[in-house]
Amino acid sequence: MAENGAKATVTLTIDGVEVTVPSGTRVIEAAEHVGVVVPRYCYHPGIPSRPAQCRMCLVEVEGRPKLEPSCTLQAADDMVVNTASDTARTARQSVIEFLLVNHPLDCPICDAAGQCMLQDYAYVTNQLESRVDEPKRIMGRDRISDDILYFADRCVICTRCVRFMRDVAEDDSLIVAQRGDKAYIDTFPGRELDNPFQGNIVDVCPVGALVHEDFVFKARSWDMDATASVCPGCPTGCNVTIDTKENQIVRVKPRHNAAVNSWWMCDYGRNHLVMTNRGVRAEVPLIRDGGGDGDRGDLRPVDWATALDWVAEKIAALGSPGGSAVVSPDASNENLFYVRRLLDRLAVADATFQVEQGETAELPTVPTLKLRADRAANVAGAGIFGGRRVDALRNGAAADGSAGGGSAGRALVVLDDLLEGAPDDFGASAGFFLYVGTRLPGAARNADAVLPIATFAEMDGTFTNFEGRVQRFHQALRPPGLARPGWMVLSRVLARLGDGEAVNDVRTAFERMAAEAPPFAGLTWDGIGLKGAPAAEANR
Amino acid sequence: MSFPHRSDLEVTTRLSRHQGEAEARTLDGWRARGGYEALRRSLDMSPAEITEVVKDSGLRGRGGAGFPTGLKWSFMPKDDGKPHYLCCNADESEPGAFKDREVIRWTPHLLIEGCLIASRAIGAEHAYIYVRGEFFEETQVLNAAVVEAYEAGLAGEGILGSSWSCDVTIHAGAGAYIAGEETGLMNSLMGNRAEPWAKPPFPAQAGAFGMPTTVNNVETLAAVPMILENGADWYRQWGSEQSPGTKLWSCSGHLVRPGNYEFALGLPLSDIIFDACGGTPSGKPVKAVIPGGSSTAFLSGDELDCATTYEGLAEAGSALGTASPIVMDEDTDIVAAMRRIAQFYAHESCGQCVQCREGTSWVVRILQRIEAGDGRPSDIDTLYELCEQMTGRTICVLADSVVFPLESSLDKFRADYEALMKPSLVAAG
Repeated sequence: MAENGAKATVTLTIDGVEVTVPSGTRVIEAAEHVGVVVPRYCYHPGIPSRPAQCRMCLVEVEGRPKLEPSCTLQAADDMVVNTASDTARTARQSVIEFLLVNHPLDCPICDAAGQCMLQDYAYVTNQLESRVDEPKRIMGRDRISDDILYFADRCVICTRCVRFMRDVAEDDSLIVAQRGDKAYIDTFPGRELDNPFQGNIVDVCPVGALVHEDFVFKARSWDMDATASVCPGCPTGCNVTIDTKENQIVRVKPRHNAAVNSWWMCDYGRNHLVMTNRGVRAEVPLIRDGGGDGDRGDLRPVDWATALDWVAEKIAALGSPGGSAVVSPDASNENLFYVRRLLDRLAVADATFQVEQGETAELPTVPTLKLRADRAANVAGAGIFGGRRVDALRNGAAADGSAGGGSAGRALVVLDDLLEGAPDDFGASAGFFLYVGTRLPGAARNADAVLPIATFAEMDGTFTNFEGRVQRFHQALRPPGLARPGWMVLSRVLARLGDGEAVNDVRTAFERMAAEAPPFAGLTWDGIGLKGAPAAEANR
Repeated sequence: MSFPHRSDLEVTTRLSRHQGEAEARTLDGWRARGGYEALRRSLDMSPAEITEVVKDSGLRGRGGAGFPTGLKWSFMPKDDGKPHYLCCNADESEPGAFKDREVIRWTPHLLIEGCLIASRAIGAEHAYIYVRGEFFEETQVLNAAVVEAYEAGLAGEGILGSSWSCDVTIHAGAGAYIAGEETGLMNSLMGNRAEPWAKPPFPAQAGAFGMPTTVNNVETLAAVPMILENGADWYRQWGSEQSPGTKLWSCSGHLVRPGNYEFALGLPLSDIIFDACGGTPSGKPVKAVIPGGSSTAFLSGDELDCATTYEGLAEAGSALGTASPIVMDEDTDIVAAMRRIAQFYAHESCGQCVQCREGTSWVVRILQRIEAGDGRPSDIDTLYELCEQMTGRTICVLADSVVFPLESSLDKFRADYEALMKPSLVAAG
């Protein structure tokens, strides 16, 4: 493209609208610049190869005898493209009729129904009746990997899945087997589909041919709500869409972000996210206000006002006792910020966190997308807010309630760490033990107060990814019981102590954080948008 | 039927004159017949000169499309520093055609010589001969000839003592019709599925292994040595201005003397069918002829006076194709014949393009239903519409290959289709 004398841009006309695009742009992409989405099956912007085989994106070009596939046709100066001429429309309509020759029309039980490119284009092209009354070819379904089902009869042989594996994952275990109308997708004989990124083949499938086994028959597309979010599986922070139904996460799909994950995400993140919100939760604030004379009394459930008042009173009475803290690298920036405010108030300098480790995986052709060994979303954020990373929390004396930070008269604050392996008397000797968490592990039973908070999926917030990119996630689920976002809860504790105001919305929380924490200086909730923005350079 | 028949008609055996002679298969026997003289001569010529002679001769591709060979060669980039390849298309898979096979079986050295000269013309360092998977004997014959050629210094390093080198490799296909399409052939050669790719890139830009490549048919390459030896004007003594030279004909179907023949281009098709091949064994009139292999349009029995040139058959509404007429006498069930042709293409569709993958098999199912007596007049309209939708909208022309015979059979033998439908339905329209 950059040859000497070559023009940097070309100007062409698409459906009567003149558009200037970089030279080398294909017509299908140039058309999107003028708001025309040419129907397509085999073309996918994230898959480099373009076989032009589905023949769906054929357009009419003035002066050319035949319809041209717009996915491979290079835009050229003075080219006049008509995507909606009678010839082009009839051609598209006939492709739909052809595709429906052998299609089982099992939309009522198909998981893709409602978000199926075959359904959509049948409506778009008005191809709602078929002249076919011949018997259909029947192939049935197969398990193409451990967790992916293949419904061969629904397949339109666009080969996006095969080409994702081959071009993007550089794994050639997926192939087209047989030919003609008996062609189907299969693994190469003797090979298994066992790739850490294979789940993406389900996302690229334009119809219901490839379905995740843990999603099959689970939800109709119109019953689901989609929420923009960020995968918490590792510090990469892949942008995702969380599909929920009846307050349950039923499916996770990657959301395009050229700076982070392109069009893809790994299977670990996908499965992790679906599971992340399950399990028994802390749902009600608990305080230990009974007893006296050495008897600590029992934790008892109370309403929020009582709990917050009591916690604020206790902290006010403590003054600046010092102590220790355990924070979670899975907590949002806002939660970590408010915990840091609280720790400052208590004069607790030392906050530690540990990060679970796991296998890594790379997608060869997308260098920014990598399953990292750290299995936490916000390792960077935990560091920004003064957290000290330790390899094994329980072996380090600092955070150990029984031995160190929790000593008499001093404070111990835990933010959403499950305290695995902690001794029975963890925190028992602390002057004040505050547990702020989504769950209620056994080691939290010595706490003086337990404040139940929402998981990342139940609130709005931001994570800071491995390279300092601040990315927003949104509330996909209702929190259980009385659980509320951590920043909402902690801002109320601090407000009662005279530090700021009670915050009711994430925008305010974020803006206070941006105003007070230098790494976030200059960022605004609206400004970082749904694609995220880098934190201040110096603090990455 | 293993070699050209003598016939009452004037035959012009140039390409096929040594077919049937067992010794011609060996290097010694081939040399005794003047073999490899053209190669020796070509070594004194520049690639451009060779291309020019072939261009002047008017030789056209014998694989079906009839593209001028010299012109095709001239598309190859010059001095681009990349390796160039020649692919000889010996995947003769068009139903009706069996001419290339005989060239390989009887005169393998002729083909190797043609490949080497063409390689020199296009600057290729490697000539691949892609042989149809089912051609076991032919592959063996070719392999033996290639070994002989290498041993005699006719292929490989420093050919005939010159500084020019070119390797020759025989590659056996796995038996797919679509591997005979040039891009499908190159994909298969590279170890991929034999799937045609959308052009551009054209083979001369990025063909086999991503390098500039020329794909030529066996018969085309076999004609090159004699053209080089005798000159373009000599070759032009046969045929017409646009279709010079001689052509192998694979005649089959209802004929007294089916088989391979070689004629100068331009004879009336009826002469070939009636004089050379002796007409129908039953003595009944010819009902239909598919003149150029199964992918060309039907001609009815009264359209056989056309000249057998590229332009002559195009004027008649069909195509010369591979020059493989399939003759059908009066008793032939055209619907059954068409159904069988469509079945072939449905079976051989690679499955990439929707129109071809689904269209060909849909056509088969409609034809089967008509054949079984369950046809409706609307089926004919549907078939016509399918013809329109399957033409010119796919990567390669396999879908078009069903359309040519189908549409022409509907045009010319509509009564045959309607005869299989219930009279009441036909009357009702």
